[in-house]
Amino acid sequence: MASLQTSDVVRWGWFLPRDAALHGPALDAHLMLNLWIVLGLAVLAHGLLLVGVMVRRRRAKLPVVMLEYLPLLALTALFAWLATKSEQLWASQRYVGADPAAMQVEVTGEQFAWYFRYPGVDAAFGRTKLPLVSAAEGNSLGIDPTDPKGKDDIVTSQLVLPAGREVDLTLRSLDVIHGFSAPEMRLKQNAVPGQTAHIHFTPTVPGEYAILCTQVCGLGHYRMQSVLRVLPAKEFDAWLTQRELAKARFESEVSR
Amino acid sequence: MRVFSTRHRDVGLGYVAISLVAVAVGMLLSLVMRLHLTWPDWSLPLHGPVLPEEYLAIVTMHGTLMLFFVLTVAPLSGFGNLILPAQIGTRRMAFPRLNALGMWTMWLALVAALAAFFVPGGAPIGGWTAYPPLSESPLAGPGQGAGMDLWMASIALFCVAGTMNAVITLTTIVKRRCEGMTWERLPLTVWAWFTAALLSVPAFSVLLAALVLLFCDRHLHSGFFVPGQEWINGVMIEHRGDGSPLLWLHLFWFFGHPEVYIAILPGMGLVSMVIANFARRRVFAYRLMIATTLLIGLLGIVVWGHHMFVAGLNPFAGTVFSVASLAIALPSSAKVLSWLVTAWGSRAPGGQRKPMATPMLYALGFVSFFITGGLTGPVLAQPILDEYLHNTFFVIAHFHLIMSMAAIFGIFCAVHYWYPLVFRRQLSERLGRWHFWLTLLAAYGTFLPMYITGLGGEPRHYAQLNGIAGPGARLLALTMPLQRHITYSAVVLIAAQVLFFWNIQRTARGPKLTEENPWGATTLEWAPGAMDDEGPKVRVVREPCCYEQDGEGFVPQWAEPEAVSGIPIPLRGEAE
Repeated sequence: MASLQTSDVVRWGWFLPRDAALHGPALDAHLMLNLWIVLGLAVLAHGLLLVGVMVRRRRAKLPVVMLEYLPLLALTALFAWLATKSEQLWASQRYVGADPAAMQVEVTGEQFAWYFRYPGVDAAFGRTKLPLVSAAEGNSLGIDPTDPKGKDDIVTSQLVLPAGREVDLTLRSLDVIHGFSAPEMRLKQNAVPGQTAHIHFTPTVPGEYAILCTQVCGLGHYRMQSVLRVLPAKEFDAWLTQRELAKARFESEVSR
Repeated sequence: MRVFSTRHRDVGLGYVAISLVAVAVGMLLSLVMRLHLTWPDWSLPLHGPVLPEEYLAIVTMHGTLMLFFVLTVAPLSGFGNLILPAQIGTRRMAFPRLNALGMWTMWLALVAALAAFFVPGGAPIGGWTAYPPLSESPLAGPGQGAGMDLWMASIALFCVAGTMNAVITLTTIVKRRCEGMTWERLPLTVWAWFTAALLSVPAFSVLLAALVLLFCDRHLHSGFFVPGQEWINGVMIEHRGDGSPLLWLHLFWFFGHPEVYIAILPGMGLVSMVIANFARRRVFAYRLMIATTLLIGLLGIVVWGHHMFVAGLNPFAGTVFSVASLAIALPSSAKVLSWLVTAWGSRAPGGQRKPMATPMLYALGFVSFFITGGLTGPVLAQPILDEYLHNTFFVIAHFHLIMSMAAIFGIFCAVHYWYPLVFRRQLSERLGRWHFWLTLLAAYGTFLPMYITGLGGEPRHYAQLNGIAGPGARLLALTMPLQRHITYSAVVLIAAQVLFFWNIQRTARGPKLTEENPWGATTLEWAPGAMDDEGPKVRVVREPCCYEQDGEGFVPQWAEPEAVSGIPIPLRGEAE
């Protein structure tokens, strides 16, 4: 996978990376619409400015209404239209939570790594406590060993997801504010210590994608990167089963 | 010039000197950033390779110096003090001693900020926004100890000095206008200073309060901006209280957003007047320009949440802030339309005067940057798009085109336009034109490609873009060819500034100007004796920007009606 071709990552001339989420194409289309409008208005305004300073004084008198209020009215309509369109997209993504059947994954940011936790066979996350955090003891997230729900929790350093299924990410941070960003999923949300945030999306195209930190979090900020692996549903199921079995084996050995 | 002078001109020049020091350091820091991003192995002379924490310290200090000590100090405090009294027909600012104290407090703030480089751990690394918990604990990284404390002291002093200056500016405009200078006859520059000062008072006060709370969190273990339990760098920290970093974001951006209007409004006001002056006609829709200035100020206070779309706010709040932010596009567009109409057909019919003098060029450059930078504001104001673009170089391009280029062109415009007034010498037009074109082209070469690297996903504050394994690094490596181009442009951009300083240096030895009003300006600061401490008292009899149809004759604000009875003045509200 190391020799990923440029064409795999970049879709076209605006340098926008590949789009691999269900909500992505609508977002991209709206972004492109905005960029073309912006480009058009910038060229128009510069054209008027350049022609304006080149020509000599004209005598024709035009009222304020024609030169100021009419263009403003048109711009108001334009921005209102864009706002309505963008709010529809925003609302469909953020006003409602994930489907109750969505896959649950918890994302935890820590200087300078991302951890991903799957709830295991019981479909419930175990309790976490900050004083229990200890990377040396293999408990980077501070999962409470007395909570039975946490026994089967699986913690990974890569986010592995099935294609075509909705995912509900629970974001949290152990230390400072981190910015969870997956450019190819058109997704970004800060992980803030002391609170959790939810974002949900559906990855569509299998592949390996970037996870970046986009909120400055200290000297290792630039290398706080991880991998999002989107697998075909069957491969994902096999991966998850394997992880769950390994976890069960480990737990039974520890308790013995 | 006495050192502890209370004359407004000396205080104003003191403020401008602060900005000169800050801009020189800030510009060099940006050069180091660009070189390091493009060639990460590059070794800084007398220092060695730039480490990641040093890169972040440089980013933080670049932002701090430019935002606070250049873009706030020069346009509002600097030129406000230098020109404002003469422009409203008074001899001095209100509270002259407090005014001088403010300027010296500002020097102290600058010294404190620069001192952060020289303490153990170096300067802070959390960016100019200083989000906690990164800014709250020395454990969070090098520079977050003594360097962060110095930074906070510096910004606190800045808030005190800035508030003092804003109160003095407001008092001067309200109480010290000369006879006949009604609110409607105020030049748009004064309206802009007035609005910027109005914004400064709540913005700086709130920032100062937030800094005090952050200080308590850092040193008294209170918990305003951090949760009750924190786990930083392997250490558990307990706080007497359970707070949230989001509170800091709210308070910081309640200051931070108006701050950008404090920086840009004086430029807008000046550019309006300069374009009108060189196009030799009334500012198109003068009253609307006053209204939009105030409206931009008002809306500027209520849109801070658009910096927080992905910070963990309720998405409904995002919608409210989005609509309010998009609304700013309208008064801003109204201003651009007015500039375009005012500048339309400004070429001289007779060819006797030169409408394209350097101040006009800088003013038009301001309009150009304001358009190219401002138009992407509505893009970023839509939360769904901000979800992708937030904290990428797209944002950097957006605010650098407006803040660093439009606002700086406003400052260049001010220097070239008012230099003959303050120093009785005129800057070289030829050098000025060279400087203008080189700066304009290099600035576009530097900042326009950043839109593209931002769309490509390049995040801010990354000390290194290549040389890391994984799909993220592969994505970022694609921007490298553009990165190199940006760096070359930035080097040209910085090198071009030598022309500006050379121009100033050369002119200081040049001959004195005999003409009192070389630009044929109509505003009061050009009235004979208006800049003197003991000049004749002036009286205002009309609004600014009264010119004859042919553009040759003009009627200044102070000319008595009987002296100019033969000159027909065009009607208000029409473009000729």
